[in-house]
Amino acid sequence: MVGPPRPDRPARRRAGTVWLLLAPMLLALLLVAAWPLLRTLWFSFTDATLFDLSAARYVGLANFALLLADPEWWRSVRNTLVFTAVSVALEIGLGFAIALVLNREFPGRGPLRAAVLIPWAIPTVVSAKMWGWMFHDVYGVVNAILLQLGVIGAPVAWTASPDLAMAALIAVDVWKTTPFAVLLLLAGLQMLPQDYYDAAEVDGASALSKFVRITLPLMKPSLAVAAIFRALDAMRMFDLVYVLTGSNRETMTMAVYARQQLFDFQDFGVGSAASTLLFLVIALVTAIYLTMVRLRLSEHGALAG
Amino acid sequence: MLPRAIRCGAFLLIVAAIVLYAVFPFYWAVVSSLRTGQALFSTSLLPRDFQLDNYIAVFAEQPFGRNILNSLMVAGLTVGLSLILAVPASYALGRVTFRGRGALLFAFLGVSMFPQVAVLSGMFEIIQSLGLYNRLLGLALSYLLITLPLTVWVLTAFMRELPREIEEAAVVDGASPLILIWRVLLPLMAPALVATGLLAFIAAWNEFLFALTFTLSSETRTVPVAIALISGATGYELPWGNVMAASVTVTLPLVVLVLIFQRRIVAGLTAGAVKG
Repeated sequence: MVGPPRPDRPARRRAGTVWLLLAPMLLALLLVAAWPLLRTLWFSFTDATLFDLSAARYVGLANFALLLADPEWWRSVRNTLVFTAVSVALEIGLGFAIALVLNREFPGRGPLRAAVLIPWAIPTVVSAKMWGWMFHDVYGVVNAILLQLGVIGAPVAWTASPDLAMAALIAVDVWKTTPFAVLLLLAGLQMLPQDYYDAAEVDGASALSKFVRITLPLMKPSLAVAAIFRALDAMRMFDLVYVLTGSNRETMTMAVYARQQLFDFQDFGVGSAASTLLFLVIALVTAIYLTMVRLRLSEHGALAG
Repeated sequence: MLPRAIRCGAFLLIVAAIVLYAVFPFYWAVVSSLRTGQALFSTSLLPRDFQLDNYIAVFAEQPFGRNILNSLMVAGLTVGLSLILAVPASYALGRVTFRGRGALLFAFLGVSMFPQVAVLSGMFEIIQSLGLYNRLLGLALSYLLITLPLTVWVLTAFMRELPREIEEAAVVDGASPLILIWRVLLPLMAPALVATGLLAFIAAWNEFLFALTFTLSSETRTVPVAIALISGATGYELPWGNVMAASVTVTLPLVVLVLIFQRRIVAGLTAGAVKG
């Protein structure tokens, strides 16, 4: 719980040294967060190129105009939104189901929780390669299993075909990040007050009605927080796309587009403009999230410090 | 109501499906990494006659040992810097009441949501002007963007939960805040430091975008970049056996760490998000 420490005399006496303790960390964050963010914003209004950043001249909104007229950019925006919406919905749904299973008492729950964590710990690049191999069109185990089960009649090129590449990306992302959703939702489930369930038990409520009437409404805030956390992560997706499907136009996300402009086309102006737009979208969602947290916390009086 | 036996069986089936889903891709990578030649293309699900050829090849055909060392150094440096900066800060944020504390905590939560690509060109400029392009120190510096908000936030949450009596006794004895942190709080914080350090280590070990952008030669690459850029002799088909061997090599230690420190990692991960 991030509640306020109770004010007391020693705490007050130390208040002067507080900023001294904070200063090194704040300076580091200014250097690696605030400054590069402002520079990126500045570059987005200039004609900077990778080879000579110092020769950058102010060009107004030209980069943004170029960007908004580029169908590739709009395709990457659409890809990012589709990827985010579908993968987050699946992750929250699947994550909630697994969290409900893990919330029950049964022998072997500890090892199961550990097994569920494994995909989270695996580097994204490695997940992309592992699934790239499983999705291989000729030797892939996914095709082999589906053929054997008779689901498909002929091998499928999962990561190369335009229609399936996005589905493959989403499948890998769901596998990789559902554990995180499970953890958040499980923590939420374990904080639910038991007395509601006891009362429902006395009334003879069925398991389904307990879920619909008690669990679901009480879990709404946790579900929302998990969904926003996941959405913020999905919107900036870079490594999975870069490794699994490369610069395939059908799956290019906003982050991949921005990096391509910056370092493959060496156009720091347009690339920075794309970065800035992605940042604005994410900042908006973050602001919504922080407002939600603030509302929840002020209900509990936790941040009244 | 279904008979108890059927419900029990169905539940077991669900649990088995979850385990299979979570573990199978890693299992398949291990099995594939141990197959060579024609056997690699077999899709039989059970392993047969193991061969270590892929593991030998991946270390022989590229500086993969060096890449692992690079990743260890960068992640270690990142964890060290993050903890040194975050411990005093989280003491101030967690145990002292002062104006602007809430706003600061919100700002860190905001920074932790930053898309890395939003600072990419500005970060490139900093790295280049400090002469750190293609240097491991540059990577560690840039990783502070990812690990600092995380470590500060999680350590602050842990600092809260320490008993106050010990601290008060030390203050009465006239100890300065730094002595207090070093002598009294740090030993009590050991489990929290392990959890936080581990989270930061995993974040740095797995990072790809900065590592891809700020390094150039294969000798300075970190593991994720090295694996992503493994290419075949012909350039036509990837040497999948090597890729799987490399993947298993760098993932196995992580999986073991996660299994050992499971509880602490969960506590650290959920401290920021749920408890807010």
